Amino acid sequence: MTPTTVRRWAWIHKWSSLVCTVFMLLLCVTGLPLIYHHEIDHLLGNAIEAPAMPAGTPKASMDDVIAAGKALYPNKIAMYLSQEPDDANIWFLTMGDNPTDTAFKSIAIDARSAKVLGEPSFEGSFLGVMFHLHVDLYAGLWGKLFLGFMGLLLVIAIISGVVLYAPFMRKLEFGEVRRERGPRVKWLDLHNMLGIITLTWALVVGATGMVNTWADLLLKYWQVTEMAEMIAPYKGMPPPTQLGSMQKSLEHAVAAEPGMKIGFVAFPGTPFTSPHHYGIFMRGDEALTSRLYKPVLIDAQTTEITDRRNLPWYLTGLLISQPLHFGDYGGAWMQFLWAALDVITIFVLGSGLYLWLKRGAPAPARAATTGRVERVEEQGAPVLATEGEAR
Amino acid sequence: MSGPFIRMWGAPIAVAILTVVGLISALVGDGAWDHISAVALGVPVMLCLWYGVRRRTKGH
Repeated sequence: MTPTTVRRWAWIHKWSSLVCTVFMLLLCVTGLPLIYHHEIDHLLGNAIEAPAMPAGTPKASMDDVIAAGKALYPNKIAMYLSQEPDDANIWFLTMGDNPTDTAFKSIAIDARSAKVLGEPSFEGSFLGVMFHLHVDLYAGLWGKLFLGFMGLLLVIAIISGVVLYAPFMRKLEFGEVRRERGPRVKWLDLHNMLGIITLTWALVVGATGMVNTWADLLLKYWQVTEMAEMIAPYKGMPPPTQLGSMQKSLEHAVAAEPGMKIGFVAFPGTPFTSPHHYGIFMRGDEALTSRLYKPVLIDAQTTEITDRRNLPWYLTGLLISQPLHFGDYGGAWMQFLWAALDVITIFVLGSGLYLWLKRGAPAPARAATTGRVERVEEQGAPVLATEGEAR
Repeated sequence: MSGPFIRMWGAPIAVAILTVVGLISALVGDGAWDHISAVALGVPVMLCLWYGVRRRTKGH
């Protein structure tokens, strides 16, 4: 690599990192509790548990489950119905003043007795704050897209960092940290070592995080293309005033997709369906297929199936990118390793920032530096001061 | 295999492959697949710890 090329990559690495580092530190710090959100919920006593009942206790009719929520908020309408993959005994019903209400209420209802178990509070809770700081900075879609752009800068910083790895490591063994050469050299070596080892993980988590920020846009695109096709026969019709049985709708959806389970249900008018349909999103039963949804559109008046089809590739990609970002698909060890890699990333970011702040400090063995590298340094890439330094 | 390329990039490439195996295996299945994933992702974390905290005893 010529000194000019190194200088160019160093410039790319410096600026892409500098712009995103503060936000990446925020994302790493807020992401840490989100890895353990289930455990923290339990610890804080916010988790809602279904009372123990004998195995095989029959499930209540879904119409009764919804009625229980309606009794609590007679003036609100149902928006979504969902279940945690690992607990079939609780339904979470989301209710709002309109189908896109952002100040919705979430109600936990026992799937067997149709009794209200409680209202999980999220907004304003510790995890709620962490979530917003991690996802949208309390700025909605624009906040998400902004963080997505920071994610793009991170990806550029990682790639340029890999390119710079070679000129820095020419005279060093893999993993070597020169502790005896002062803090700057030590942290440079640590930055390179931690960065190159966590490279793939950081790249995957950064890129999937960026993809996740586009979720709203991808969903919008899906609505105006495939969803519009599916609901074309209903164009111009007034929305139903009386909704048909949810129990029957779910039975029809389950019968049409044997082997699949109900992931979540979108009520008419919400972004996941049309004003005329229950959008019933079925999911598979295995590690990978449980992440992938298949929408079944049910006429909300007749409870008959209107259409069902697989998600397009871009939504499938989005759904697969989510576990790769969350690290929630491999049990407790994966959670722990995700947290460990997150902490290591904080070290990489912090050491990068430190190296930039200390850029003016004289290199300890200036005399030993080759002329070529000094030329690079003079031309404005002080971060490279120790490149190729004699040992 | 040796040479300057392998000397510089051998270990990083091995770690990268291991990480990819770890990320994908847990996605493929549960049980044993999760264990493979834990080991494969555990290696980079252990390497970071090892190189991060070790003191070279090679005398001055």
